[in-house]
Amino acid sequence: MAVKAITPDYKGEAPDSVENFHGNIMFHVNWEKHLMFCAPLAFAMPPDAPFSTLLEETLPTAYGYHPDWKKVDWSTVEWTLDHEPFDPKHDASLEENGIVHRSLLRFTVPGAEGIAGSGS
Amino acid sequence: MSRKLNLRERYQRMTRDLAWEPSYQSKSDIYPQMEFEGIKIEDWDKWEDPFRLTMDAYWKYQAEKERKLYSIIDAFAQNNGHLNVTDARYVNALKLFLTGVSPLEYAAHRGFAMVGRQFAGVGTQVACQMQSIDELRHVQTQVHTISHYNKYFNGFHDFRHMHDRVWYLSVPKSFFDDAMSAGPFEFITAISFSFEYVLTNLLFMPFMSGAAFNGDMATVTFGFSAQSDESRHMTLGLEVIKFMAEQHPDNIPIIQKWIDKWFWRGYRLLTLVGMMMDYMLPKKVMSWREAWEIYFEQNGGALFEDLARYGLRMPKYWEQTIEGKDHITHQAWGIFYNYTHAAAFHTWIPDDEELDWLSAKYPDTFDQYYRPRFEYWREQAEAGNRFYNPTLPMLCQTCQIPMGFTEPGNPTTIGFRASDFDGNRYHFCSDGCKDIFDNEPQKFCQSWMPVHQIYQGNCGGATVPDVLNWYHLNFGVDNFDYAQSPDRQHWQQWKGEPAEESDAPDEAA
Amino acid sequence: MADAKNRVYLALQNNEDARPIIEAIEEDNPHAEINHFPAMVKIDAVGKLIVRRETVEEKIGREWDPQEIHVSLVSLSGNVIEDDDEFGVERHN
Repeated sequence: MAVKAITPDYKGEAPDSVENFHGNIMFHVNWEKHLMFCAPLAFAMPPDAPFSTLLEETLPTAYGYHPDWKKVDWSTVEWTLDHEPFDPKHDASLEENGIVHRSLLRFTVPGAEGIAGSGS
Repeated sequence: MSRKLNLRERYQRMTRDLAWEPSYQSKSDIYPQMEFEGIKIEDWDKWEDPFRLTMDAYWKYQAEKERKLYSIIDAFAQNNGHLNVTDARYVNALKLFLTGVSPLEYAAHRGFAMVGRQFAGVGTQVACQMQSIDELRHVQTQVHTISHYNKYFNGFHDFRHMHDRVWYLSVPKSFFDDAMSAGPFEFITAISFSFEYVLTNLLFMPFMSGAAFNGDMATVTFGFSAQSDESRHMTLGLEVIKFMAEQHPDNIPIIQKWIDKWFWRGYRLLTLVGMMMDYMLPKKVMSWREAWEIYFEQNGGALFEDLARYGLRMPKYWEQTIEGKDHITHQAWGIFYNYTHAAAFHTWIPDDEELDWLSAKYPDTFDQYYRPRFEYWREQAEAGNRFYNPTLPMLCQTCQIPMGFTEPGNPTTIGFRASDFDGNRYHFCSDGCKDIFDNEPQKFCQSWMPVHQIYQGNCGGATVPDVLNWYHLNFGVDNFDYAQSPDRQHWQQWKGEPAEESDAPDEAA
Repeated sequence: MADAKNRVYLALQNNEDARPIIEAIEEDNPHAEINHFPAMVKIDAVGKLIVRRETVEEKIGREWDPQEIHVSLVSLSGNVIEDDDEFGVERHN
């Protein structure tokens, strides 16, 4: 849609393009049905970081507080990447797994329904 | 008493007679912003003045309001009025209000001065200029209140600086920046109509009643003093809509789009106010749900029945607010509970009586979805393991609130929307926020997103203390749970209450 | 929202200045409903609400300009009616 502006051909500069993140990409992760974490999270990591780093270091720090965290078994976790079913290769990098700047990962842990089954 | 002129004539003299036809400059050079938004005005003389308050009467009544206001604020200060509030927790609502809303009053002062210069009709110019002066008065009265509370409580010390930097203050700031960087017709539709007329009652009326109920006479006084100007502002908003609608049928779709946009933006912004009503007032006046029913569903409903004659309809997605009224305040309090280690005010878990009040006011949602998480958090806090979310949240590109709102019809699943624009992906919390972006991507791709700025290294560093330092917040003083706060300790000393054992604040990452 | 048709309201501060105005409204608008909130009185009606100069003047024993209502007015909903003798709001659909 054409922008309505006083200046002809007005164009906005996007401050959040990937080149402004000093070699990192920023992407998002949401643990479904665990709304005690009030919102999905934002992470900035190098695109060549192995996916396993996310599983072994990043997410345990982010989500480990939750009593359901001990139910996490990565071999049974269900993922989507940008709303498509996703089967991550743990040894491959984020980039090789198709995770790009502003990607959204969502994961569901079977049998984990949050505090008292409330989705919290 | 004989009157030479009646009210209408007097006002006519003051406004229309100030205008003249330019002879050596073109109107389009004098009013260069009148065309580009697409609004067509055939005859500015058809403008109906919302109020016929002449300048002499204006100064007289404003002076009277000021006299009343400052005598109460003086008495409040002299009598240590802050000690009469129900509980020091209450002051946190005030921190959010005075750091979040007061800078908007100043922005409104600037905004109305700007559009008052741009409108080509003299009636409109005068109405905007008067409102500009009102808004300056509002921010001044609020700064006086900040000044008093700042002597006794933390988090008030640098509201101007904070407004430009702190993550949650970017929500109100970006709201007003959006309006001010639009054209004059959109600005006045956004602020005078959508915000002032449709939504502002939700900001002032229940909140100021709440302040009264909680013993905060300083806030009641500035609030109602500001609100006494608000009736004029609201009426200006209604007149603006009617005037544009009557001037040209081509204006209708443009106005409708603005109403859709600004209703949704205002609704998202008011989530913060709803949260104050439901969670931050120790003595509660009414729930957000009740306030929404009275001030939006009833009165907004009547208003839009009124506007149907012009072909204007209820704002798009208003139905989602009817479902949302049972959820958004609980979700917002959850957001601030998660990130209070990075905020200039404290949060806490409601006590049992308050939880029961919430259960009663939100019978369809609170016990099922929200109470379990609050009770779990409380249990953990009592065990010395207070929850602070260690990771930065994903934000909505439009409203800039962390993406904590759930999908309509599915209260356990976050709502996700996204758009691709110019090689980048943008994320949104709702259909309303996505539509706003999609209509003006060149504008909203530029948003200053606090989380993204932190990850780009533009906010003083990578740790919470670094960023708080850059915000000018005092780590360990202004932030963290109310239970461990210096505010609470001081309050207990002043009130002679026994201090409870409490652990040192948990250091979040 | 069937019961919302043509609703209007005036909200005034609950103080000494506003009390005679509220009483005048009650007297001149028998269909009005008065709702008390902390520090504020909200007067709801269907169709129209009017504050008459004469009625207020009778109550306060001095001349009263309807524009003085601005000092105590908290909020309103409806289309404003304003002249030298009255102030009010109305809606007719």
